[in-house]
Amino acid sequence: MTDWKGTWRLVRHGLRRDRVVLPVWIAALTGLSAAVVAAEVAMYATAAERAHGAAFGAANVFTRIMDGPASGTSLGAISMVEAFQKLAIFVALMAAQAVVRHTRQDEETGRAELIGSGVVGRQARLTAALIVSVGASFIVGAGVTMALLAHGLPLEGSLASGAALAATGACFAAIAGVAAQVSTTQRGANALAGGVLGLSFLLRAVGDAFGTVTASGVELVSAWPSWLSPLGWGQQMRVFHQDNWAVLALFSVLFVGLAVTAFALGNRRDMGAGLIADRSGPAEAPPRLLSPGGLALRLQKWPLITWGAALVVTGVAFGAVGESMEDFADTNPQVADLFLGVAPGATIVELYFALVFSFIAVAAAGYTVQALLRMRAEEVSGRLEPILSTSVGRIAWLASHGRFAVGGTVAVLVACGGAAALSHGVVSGDFAAGWGVMAAALVQIPAVLALGAVVFALFGVAPRWAGALSWAALAVSFVMGQFGDLLELPQWALNMSPFTHVPAVPAVALSYGPLVVLVAVAAVLVGVGMAGFGRRDLAIAA
Amino acid sequence: MDAAIVTRALVKRYGKTVALDGVDLSVRTGEIHGFLGPNGAGKSTTIRILLGLLRSDSGDVTLLGGDPWRDAVALHRRLAYVPGDVNLWPNLSGGEAIDLLLSLRGGFDRVRRDDMIDRFQLDPTKRCSSYSKGNRQKVAIVAAFASDVDLYILDEPTSGLDPLMEAVFQDVVKEQVRQGKTALLSSHILAEAEALCDRVSIIRKGRIVQSGTLDEMRHLTRTSIHVHTESPVRGMEGRAGVHDLALDAEGATFEVDAEQLGDVLAELTAFGVVALTSTPPTLEDLFLRHYGDELAELTGNGAGS
Repeated sequence: MTDWKGTWRLVRHGLRRDRVVLPVWIAALTGLSAAVVAAEVAMYATAAERAHGAAFGAANVFTRIMDGPASGTSLGAISMVEAFQKLAIFVALMAAQAVVRHTRQDEETGRAELIGSGVVGRQARLTAALIVSVGASFIVGAGVTMALLAHGLPLEGSLASGAALAATGACFAAIAGVAAQVSTTQRGANALAGGVLGLSFLLRAVGDAFGTVTASGVELVSAWPSWLSPLGWGQQMRVFHQDNWAVLALFSVLFVGLAVTAFALGNRRDMGAGLIADRSGPAEAPPRLLSPGGLALRLQKWPLITWGAALVVTGVAFGAVGESMEDFADTNPQVADLFLGVAPGATIVELYFALVFSFIAVAAAGYTVQALLRMRAEEVSGRLEPILSTSVGRIAWLASHGRFAVGGTVAVLVACGGAAALSHGVVSGDFAAGWGVMAAALVQIPAVLALGAVVFALFGVAPRWAGALSWAALAVSFVMGQFGDLLELPQWALNMSPFTHVPAVPAVALSYGPLVVLVAVAAVLVGVGMAGFGRRDLAIAA
Repeated sequence: MDAAIVTRALVKRYGKTVALDGVDLSVRTGEIHGFLGPNGAGKSTTIRILLGLLRSDSGDVTLLGGDPWRDAVALHRRLAYVPGDVNLWPNLSGGEAIDLLLSLRGGFDRVRRDDMIDRFQLDPTKRCSSYSKGNRQKVAIVAAFASDVDLYILDEPTSGLDPLMEAVFQDVVKEQVRQGKTALLSSHILAEAEALCDRVSIIRKGRIVQSGTLDEMRHLTRTSIHVHTESPVRGMEGRAGVHDLALDAEGATFEVDAEQLGDVLAELTAFGVVALTSTPPTLEDLFLRHYGDELAELTGNGAGS
């Protein structure tokens, strides 16, 4: 038992460190689940309407990919089909980041050494990190259960929903536990856990896209890839429909397996080391590194490649199913009416691509935010100080990262649009329509850059808050895009998201007005950011 | 130009905390100037204002004839900085980090770079993430001294170096200054400052409390004497200029003011001197003159008074 000595003290310490971030996550996720149920209650007044909605969800490839498998017509089931995938992704992020924060981050900064030299067992830090993270996941689960019960939904389904979310969080905590043993940096461990999350989403999306609708028409049986994804398992519990508790066994096996692996790996390696051995590097720098832009490229290359690859895959997937939307609307005139109400005269496929890229743009903005916040990371880690002590000026340094973020944003959206256009062309044989698909991607660029400009301005003017507020701005845009209509938010609130202003190209004609305004707002914010950074003190690493 | 760095009444506040409370620092061209004070006295804050990384709330700074905030880029071509806490990019090799810093400062001499890497025995192929604190410091030191600049700003540059590397560091600094370069060396390693510095400034609670050459400062303080005699020493109790006297059967230990040193030594010969050690005031003694009260508070006795 000496291996675990000090675990409880570390748990208390971890809770104290996370006393702001975890409650914010928990409150936000509980609130989101409550809001979705409230919206579904308002939207579906009768059982017949719910049946129709479920049938739509089961048949539509797009909702299958985004939301997962339809699972019957009860109010609870419809609400959780709508909400579960997003809640699960957020819980997974919360849990994984918490574990990495309390393990690899501590090792990277040297804090772990200080703790490890105290009366603390070898396995205590990882155990404490898992306890904090899994505990937070269970609290999210409990919060969601309460939110569902508060709407008068059945007890068993509410409990199953909470349990599914808690179990998803626990599994990703364990995944992050393994990632923290493998990678030597916090950034690497988070990227590894994030990669597993992305892969899980992809497997589930593929499994559900190729699923089969049952005879009832309101339920989708997922294809086998969904069963390979911990993000998919929660949905296979079919909460409020079958409440299939047996699926929890899958979570348990995965959690125990990963936790044992993480402990075993931790036992075999030295403090601070990883399993990926440090390679040696060149003794002299290549000429292309030797400029602010060269350094920015080196630091920013991998996130761009990763995001680019993920968005190309996404583009191919959404492009490939575009053509089937036409068939789907043919068999479902009400859906066709609903779609065409948005833009009379447009084809279903055009509307589909406009809608798809309004979602993809928010995802691409995630890249932009991450790339720009790298500036803050460089500053607080003390790596900016030696750079600005050379003859590189503040604005030149800002520009090196800013240019990269703009170029990267354009590149990932062009790549994603191109991939979608090509895969749509291959499936439909209509390569000419690809220009419209491409336009749907390109028209989003000003909105993504406007969000990026917010990050830039925050970095210049309110650096301490830049990280939190930037991610919050992205989350708000995401919620408005996904749930804005559902939550019946007032127009002024929707207008705060730059993505609200993007014309639904190619379903409607391109209007330059809103795009010019977005670019102008972005330019002003960039000016604010530059002026702010030009006159403020540098944050000095402690 | 006579002065490389002049600050007048430099003030920097963080909310209610006053980090610098009117710093008057003056570094002459061609000297090694020691900037001494314990942690938190304001050394690094002053240095970051000199680098234009922080902005002073009031007061004037002139560095190499320019304003470090306004003319940062132009001035930085002529200076090199070694931070106290060197943070590097984990995925760059040491050699890459050195080349990057050198070329961002404005071009470099590969022969001189390789020579410095050699002298500091740095393995430039290792990733920065696997360097110890001392090796990260070597990267910054090599990057600083491989550049041809007028002014070196060194903020506790050797806190992670071993004694061999410390000696190499001192050689390198002396070489540069012989060629007319200037160095500002912040430190709390007094032996290092004593070995290197022409002049020193002692900072306390955000103010410079004393500035001058070591000789000038020594003159203001006492030499300590330990003497072994044939007969017991007498007549020293209460003698003008003698302090902290401790007598025993075989001799005496005491401190003596600089101006009384000759007379006191003459008087001692009357007791038959067997052995005598005289220790000139160290920088530590000078330092403790200004920090004696703080030390007394910390140790709970009157040491250093």
